[in-house]
Amino acid sequence: MEALSFLADGVLVALEPLNLVLILIGVTVGLFIGAMPGLGSVNGVAILLPITFLVPPGSAIIFLAAIYYGAMYGGAISSVTMGIPGASTAVATTFDGRPLALQGRASLALVTAALASFVGGTVANILFTLFAPLLATMALSFGPPEIFALMLLAFATFVGLGGDDIPKTIFSICLGLVLATVGFDTISGEPRLVLFDIDGFLRGIGFIVLAIGVYGIGEMLWTIEQTRGEVTTTNPKMTFKGMVADTKEAVRRGWKGTWIGSILGFFVGVLPAAGATPGSLMSYGVAKMVSKNPEEYGKGTPDGVAAPEAANNSASTGSMLPMLTLGIPGSPTTAILLGGMVIWGLTPGPRLFVDQSEFVWGLIGSFYISNIAALFINLAFIPLFVWMLRMPFTILAPLIFVLSIVGGFAASRSMHDLWLIVIFGLSAFFLRKFDYPLAPAVLAIVLGPIAEPTMRQSLLLSSGDPMIFFTRPIAGPITVVAIILILLPAIKLLRRKRSEKTA
Amino acid sequence: MKLTKRLFLGLAAGTALATLPIAALAQDWQPKRPIDFTIMAGPGGGADQIARFVQSVVEANDMTNRPLIPTNRGGGSGAESLLHLKDARDPDHTLMVTLNSFYTTPIRQEGLGVDIETFTPITMMGVDPFVLWVHKDSGITTFEDYIAKVKEMDGEYVMGGTGTGQEDSIVIAYMAGAYDLKIKYIPYDGGGAVAKDLAGQQIMATVNNPAEAKGFYEAGDFVPLLAFSDERMDAYPDVPTMKEKGHDFSYYNQRAIVGAPGMSDEAAAYYREVFGKVYEGEDWQNYLASESLSPLPMDEAQTRAYWATQVATHRKLLSEIGG
Repeated sequence: MEALSFLADGVLVALEPLNLVLILIGVTVGLFIGAMPGLGSVNGVAILLPITFLVPPGSAIIFLAAIYYGAMYGGAISSVTMGIPGASTAVATTFDGRPLALQGRASLALVTAALASFVGGTVANILFTLFAPLLATMALSFGPPEIFALMLLAFATFVGLGGDDIPKTIFSICLGLVLATVGFDTISGEPRLVLFDIDGFLRGIGFIVLAIGVYGIGEMLWTIEQTRGEVTTTNPKMTFKGMVADTKEAVRRGWKGTWIGSILGFFVGVLPAAGATPGSLMSYGVAKMVSKNPEEYGKGTPDGVAAPEAANNSASTGSMLPMLTLGIPGSPTTAILLGGMVIWGLTPGPRLFVDQSEFVWGLIGSFYISNIAALFINLAFIPLFVWMLRMPFTILAPLIFVLSIVGGFAASRSMHDLWLIVIFGLSAFFLRKFDYPLAPAVLAIVLGPIAEPTMRQSLLLSSGDPMIFFTRPIAGPITVVAIILILLPAIKLLRRKRSEKTA
Repeated sequence: MKLTKRLFLGLAAGTALATLPIAALAQDWQPKRPIDFTIMAGPGGGADQIARFVQSVVEANDMTNRPLIPTNRGGGSGAESLLHLKDARDPDHTLMVTLNSFYTTPIRQEGLGVDIETFTPITMMGVDPFVLWVHKDSGITTFEDYIAKVKEMDGEYVMGGTGTGQEDSIVIAYMAGAYDLKIKYIPYDGGGAVAKDLAGQQIMATVNNPAEAKGFYEAGDFVPLLAFSDERMDAYPDVPTMKEKGHDFSYYNQRAIVGAPGMSDEAAAYYREVFGKVYEGEDWQNYLASESLSPLPMDEAQTRAYWATQVATHRKLLSEIGG
């Protein structure tokens, strides 16, 4: 109960005029940064970090947290309207968000995303308030074998979902995994797969580069070719009444995904190294698995938007926990926030909750307020984003190409990355023509760099014995579930054959 | 307002460097473009924290007429940064914040063709010592206990670090060689992750920088056993050094700002003045104290000599550990 009184103080701090103004500005700026393909919360927070030295530390981190929240909401916007995930956390949002937009239901998708994000953020805040110290202990019990098991589970939800062509899905995952190994290898300390000895590959291939290539260039080319430029996205004019109706529909058809995403996202987000991307992906997978109408997924169901969106917001809050309690950033963005805290003279770590309780609860209080602010600001801007979609495709398509190139360059300021975007875009176009799903490749490039080192660390720990993934109390059950999920399609196939025989 | 600030800067520079002819040059040259402030590591690590701290001090006191633009180029263990500086199109506006991969990466990857002695020394902001840590639940309280435990486990003792050929693997390799220890070494991609897995007892010991382990030490989870510094550290007066144990070995992570090869003397003088002021300022001095960094002020000639010895030392250490 002590926590609650601290929290009340924290909320009051966040509601001070200066802090409230910072929250509103931060959320709005974050929303647009997140909506820009290529720019995500990492860039937003990094760019605006120096500005925060003008205000007291408490207000500064509140401002950065507001940007972070805004960008998390914003990520869904480019996923839905342009079909380009602005950040790795929003990849799963494109699966159903984009089809909805093409059916003229962009506003339903965006309203669902906003509401789900709000619920996800709030659930996470409540869990955070009640169980922060306990969860920090839980996070510590996740070593390399546990993280690897979790990554295996994330891949398994993808393969095991079935529906798509499984060999092609596996091909796509492998492609992403190979691209993920390019660059510098942490374990051996040697560069790997530096293709054609081009120095740019030493840095490796980033998620943004592949995602913008695949979605911003490849997908767009494919759409142009399919439709010969006659894309008809009949997004009706936005009216207040229409939005109210969308809100009702979003609640009715998205509540299930929202809950799954909120809970699952938080627990995955709390683990350092894992973060929001596997959280959103796994939530999408689980939502589809427990759904009564799994065939609707991928064609545009609000549940398919709600699950990953609730999860990525929930996980973003979750990833603050290891940062605050252990001093370990759960995501690149929290890494920069962590840098900020050190600059302000705060030491994140086990003592922070005790020594700086006013700061910590002020921050958590600002999460609650930021989340509410983000919901309303986001809802207010939805008509603007939908209006964008009503532009003729002949204007929208070149605009998306330009945004892709600018966003791709802004992220790393390297021409090497731009050429890669173009090459990936063209390759993706041809793969798309042969019906290869490319989302698995994009996700593999995010999860691969987590999965590969943790697997090798685990095997180093066990002197090469793979049983380490089965015998540890937490890793074991996760690995078993993952393997069952991977084998599920095969089991289903066997069953069907058997029932055909008996029939 | 502007006039007075410039006047003040001029006065300060004039009095501080009145005896040096450089002072006159420094006033002649001003950045014409935003300054590329490359960071040799990814976001969140020690080098990144320092770069952003320095940037914020410069920004808050309006010390440059053009902004510093920090960009993380940590790829290839710093190779990306080294190449970026080597091929800089505008050396007068290209700076880098370094760690020890500044020495090790050109040795380990000769194909890069990077010779750090061509780089321009700007300011040595401090050096970061290494300390050997264990978890309090291990029951180990002295370095001798630790040695006995490692020997007893005969190859099953697990330590974590930031990758083969990186700073802490050099320290561990030296220690293992000096005491004939068999250690199972697990590489991670950052000092923070290493400290976290020691806190969770996934690994048994680490050599972290004090800044990375401080939070857990203050909470009572970590026990420091040995410092790899030249003298006992102020923050850890009871922790003996490797030198006291009879081995002439100390190891620090360099926290320095360097300029691209081919930077003009005027530009270099300008940056030395700016970062020299940051170094002397209260903010940085407090940071040095709170993060247990050691000061190591050097001028240009001393820095070049220091680089030469560091390269030689690292070449020797790396060949010994076969990295």
